[in-house]
Parts: sequence; C-alpha cells; structure tokens
Amino acid sequence: MKVGSKLEKVLAAGHFAVTGELGPPRGADVEVIRKKAEHLRGIVDSINVTDNQTSVVRMCSMAVCKLLVDMGLEPNLQMTCRDRNRIAIQSDLLGAYALGIRNVLCLSGDHNKFGDHPQAKNVFDLDSMQLIQVVRKMRDEGKLLNGQECEGKASFFIGAAVNPFGDPFDFRPIRLAKKVAAGVDFVQTQCIYNMDKFKEYMRRVVDMGLAEKCYILAGITPLKSLGMARYMAKSVPGLDVPDYYIKRLQGVPKDKQAEEGIKMAVEQIQEIREIPGVAGIHLMAIEWEHKAKEILERAGLLPRPEVN
Amino acid sequence: MVVFSYPIALLAEVVSVEFQNGGTSPVEEPRIIAFCCMYCAYAAADAAGSMRLNYPPNVHIVLMPCSGRVDDLFILKAFESGADGVYIAGCEEGSCHFVSGNLRAKRRVFFLKRILEEIGIEPERLEMFHISASQGGLFARVAKEMTEKVRLLGIIKWNKS
Amino acid sequence: MVVAERKPIQEIMEMVAGYNKILLVGCKGCVTVCCAGGTKEVGILASTLRIARKKEGKPIEIVERTLERQCDPEYIEQVADVVERDGVEAVLSMACSVGPQYMAKRYNIPVYPSLNTTFIGGSLEHGVWAEFCQACGNCVIHHFGGICPVSRCSKSLFNGPCGGSSKGKCEVSSEIDCAWQLIYDRMIALGKLDELTKVFPVKDWSTSRDGGPRKVVREDMRL
Repeated sequence: MKVGSKLEKVLAAGHFAVTGELGPPRGADVEVIRKKAEHLRGIVDSINVTDNQTSVVRMCSMAVCKLLVDMGLEPNLQMTCRDRNRIAIQSDLLGAYALGIRNVLCLSGDHNKFGDHPQAKNVFDLDSMQLIQVVRKMRDEGKLLNGQECEGKASFFIGAAVNPFGDPFDFRPIRLAKKVAAGVDFVQTQCIYNMDKFKEYMRRVVDMGLAEKCYILAGITPLKSLGMARYMAKSVPGLDVPDYYIKRLQGVPKDKQAEEGIKMAVEQIQEIREIPGVAGIHLMAIEWEHKAKEILERAGLLPRPEVN
Repeated sequence: MVVFSYPIALLAEVVSVEFQNGGTSPVEEPRIIAFCCMYCAYAAADAAGSMRLNYPPNVHIVLMPCSGRVDDLFILKAFESGADGVYIAGCEEGSCHFVSGNLRAKRRVFFLKRILEEIGIEPERLEMFHISASQGGLFARVAKEMTEKVRLLGIIKWNKS
Repeated sequence: MVVAERKPIQEIMEMVAGYNKILLVGCKGCVTVCCAGGTKEVGILASTLRIARKKEGKPIEIVERTLERQCDPEYIEQVADVVERDGVEAVLSMACSVGPQYMAKRYNIPVYPSLNTTFIGGSLEHGVWAEFCQACGNCVIHHFGGICPVSRCSKSLFNGPCGGSSKGKCEVSSEIDCAWQLIYDRMIALGKLDELTKVFPVKDWSTSRDGGPRKVVREDMRL
C-alpha cells in the first residue's frame, strides 16, 4: 500500500472500482457542490474534481476537494499543467496533502483556446508525464523537483488520463507505458464508445504487461440525448462515437432518449467488465450526477465494497 | 497613353501627371484608369475603335505588357493621384501570355479591395475584368458599366476642411 | 527569419493621427523576405496612409526609407539627416519590433511599430509562413526527429501526443498539424521509435525568456 486512500484499497483488494466525477460551479456557491456530491455518496469509491475543465473558470479543484473531505467523501484532485508552473504545482501538492487529499490525477490540460478566456497566457511548464514524475518524487523520495528535501512528505496515489482513441493509435499503448514508467498508479480513460477499438487497445496493453503495473479504469459517459451524442461525435477532438449509438438514439422518441442512454451505459459497463485488464470504471455523468446511482445499480456495481 | 515596363516610381509619376492635368474628363466627372494588357484588353480597345463603338472619355487606358505587371502600388498611386475608379483588364483565365499573370492580378485586386475598405473607400471602385483581344464590344461595355458604377458612387470626396 | 505582419490600417492611422510629417522606415532583413516591411510594403502603406489622410482633409507628408537592417545601430544612423533635419514629427517603423526599439533608442521623437512581430519561422509556400521556433535557448529537436515540440505542439509537450490528436491534426485547429503525429511518423521513418518510449525529462526554461532578457556575447569579436 503506497498511500492507503480508499481508492487504492478498493483496487488493491481486487474489487472492480468505481470513480465518479464532479464539476465545480462557476461561482462560489457551496450548496451546489454539496448537492452534487450527495448524489455520489455511497455509490462511488472516490470522486474526481475537475480543474477548470475545458479551460472554463470554475471554483478551484483543491477547495472543492477539501469540501468533499469535510463531507467524508474521497476526492481525486485533478491537476493540469496549463495554469501552473512547477512552483505553483508543487506548492499546491503540498497544500493538498495538508488538507487531507490523497489521490491526484495528473493532466496536461485542455488548451485554453477552447475555454472562456481564450486570451489567457498558458503555462505548460511541465507536461502530464513530467507532472507524474514530480508527484512520485515527492512521495517516494520526499523531495522537490530540484532535489530539496520536504519537511513532511506529501504522499499521493497517482493517477493520469489516457485516450485510447487519440491518434496515432499504435503509439497509445506505448504512451501508457511511459506513464507507468513515470510512476502512475492508476489511469482513467477518455469516454469509451467504440468498444472494438478499446478492446484492441486493452489487448495490446495487457500483452505489454501494463495492466499489472497500473490500474486501468474505463471512462463511461452516458449519452443523455441524441443531440449530445451528435455533439460528442462531431465536436470533441479525440472522441470516437460510432454511428451505432446515434442510430439507436434516433430510433427512440425524444422523451425516451435519456432512458435509452442509461440502458446503453449499463450495457457498456457490463461489456467492459468482461475485458481483461480493466480494473474499474470512471463514470463521468456530466451534469447528470443524480442518475449515477441508477446506472450503477442496474450495472450491478452497488453496493460498494467496504474497505479498511 | 502608353506605358511600357516603366519602373514603379516613374509609372506612378506618369499616372499622377495625367490626372493633375485634369486628363480629358470634364470637371466633376469621375476619373477612371484602366490598366490594360497588351495581348487582350488593349487590342480589344483598338477593336472597339475600328468597330466605331463609343466608350466614355472618363476611362484612361494604361498599356501594360501583362495584367500581372500591375503592381499594388500602381493602383494605390492611381487613387492617390485622383482616380475615382481603377480597373485591370487582362486575358481570360487560362489564356495569359505569361501563364498566370492575370490570376496574380486578380488576387492583388482582392487584396487591395480590403485595404481600400479599411480606409473608407468603396472597394467597388476597384475591379478586375477579363477581355479577350477580339471582344471590342465587351471592352466598350465594361468601360461604360465601370463609369456608370463609379458615377453612382460619386467622385471621391477629399475633405478640404 | 522573424515573421511579421502589418497591423490593421486603422490602428496605424490612430498612431499617426496627430502628425503632419512622418518617416516611414522599412527593413531589408527578415520582414522584406516575409513581405511585411520591405521597400514595397513601405510604398503601399505610405500611399494608403496618404490617400486616407487626404480623404480626411488632413494630408500627411511621409518620407519613405528602407534600411539594410534595423537591428544594427550603424543602419539606424542612416536616417539621422531625415529625423533630425527634415522636421519629421514621428517615426513609423516597418521592421520587426527590434527596429522601432532601436529607433526609439537613437532618436528623441515618438516611434511607432506598424507591424506585429509574430514568430520565428519559414515559408511553406508562396505567401504562407509558419512558426518553427520559439527561441527557448536550448535546442532539442534532434530528440524529436528534427521537429520542434516547443513551437509546433500547441501545448509544447515533450511527451506527446495528447489525447486531442486526431487524424494527424491538433485539437486546437484542423489547420494545425499535430506535431506529435509528425514526430511519431518521422521517428518510425528513421527507425528510432524506441527513443520515444523514454520519458523526456523536465525542461530547463531558464535559457528561454523565463530567465529574463537574454544576451549573447562573443568576446573574440568585441572591439
């Protein structure tokens, strides 16, 4: 056991893990967060808190993580390299540990061009791979990037993101191997829709022995409507939404599309559970937190295991 | 007036002198300068003459070895010197004597229209036409249409305040 | 070369609004090659400004010059007669931003830039220029098949490609090639893909602008 976070314990015990996601609000309203978080209580093992996702200004991830800790929930602090240099990143990591945060997800970050402040100066002092190394060095050596000793180690269970559907496809397993070499403990994938491609990715990853070296959580985002499916297919770079899903949603009346979306998500989860090397799922029910319970219930993932 | 392979500065002078003398247009009439390729539009102007076709005296023809020889600066100098409208008449697409001079001219016209727009001069005051050597009629029509259009836009009002 | 492009005419018009006589000075270096500030562009801008000001009823006199370079003091000196004796009220430089700074250092009258200096790059074809370098001060392109990840990857990733690489294009724009797709293809062609399997370490940015304004000194050449 490296850190002993709940997520690590669940995974180490061999349970099929479930992580959820919570997007902080644009504003300082704490109630919004509490409400969203309550929907996830008891149904996920830990909760990702996004870091100004898609470069849109939101309440800071660390503050929201702290609110979750206070609520008795376990957060995964998402940290991007877009808005912070190595000084800010290390300082934030030390602070996050002091606040009781134990899981960190290391990301490069969406480019600011997509956000609400496209005029911003971006940072990218480090990339996600190097950020993983920084967090590992802090935990395993108790040192900062420059080699200085920390007074009081900040130990995190280290996560990262992978996109099996990004190009070039053949390089994606190699890139995961690099993240493993950098020191990642678990990875969460981009939303999976193209199951054949994901299976091929997992086959290669398992062949390379990577599934034994890090836990792979498959990303699931239920499609709420035909409009959302079309948007994901067309406008989100690096996403692969096969026509199959769009046709299925086309085949049902508008008021039944949400139900169909849930059904498809449940089927996806069931299919993913059978894929060798997958250690759990990461459920990103975007602005649909209240449906997470139903999806997980129907997928047979509730109740969540108790770990100590 | 015949202008053949002059350096830019000299050509600009020539155009400018032409207009300072008032040219042949009566006062308050728009002054238009037409840069004509010698292989097509200039010959078409000749043809119009021998066909006894009339075209407005507002149009001053400048002979060019190719419409592609029309520099950005010739056009700006023409306006600077008092032209109210400028057009380039080159060969039909695909039949430039120098392969792509007429296409280059077309692009320059597009570029300069944007500059004119930026400084508040109607971009329609500058146009590109394609006229082959045998099209005397078309030459006369283009000259008339361009003159009419510029007349509607009015002569460029230089604020004398 | 340094690649630049002309500012919008309106912005330049506002800069020179209060002057009756200016010096418009081009540069025969990089900005001539990228068609932004050479003799020709000086002519076009001067003519455009004259037309616009004549139209406003406030004619402007523009002295046009183009210097060999504007990034060496010797050449800046060549317009001393115009600036100091011809009564020009301001200088409008058509060089990259080094030019107007040199002009401002030498002459005690207002200096304005008429170009936006955009990047260090090269031409892809006639009339098209692209960025190839960000002057990070420590070239590493040989690790990446001769392709610069700092300037050509939108996120300057040293361990790309990110999840946004799609069909060879960058997530930022379909107009941008994914530098990491290019790097990957090139390393395969060179039979060096194994070099990309190693994590590239954290970069020292102190040689870049992040270390403060930089200076290069060649002691052997100093007088």
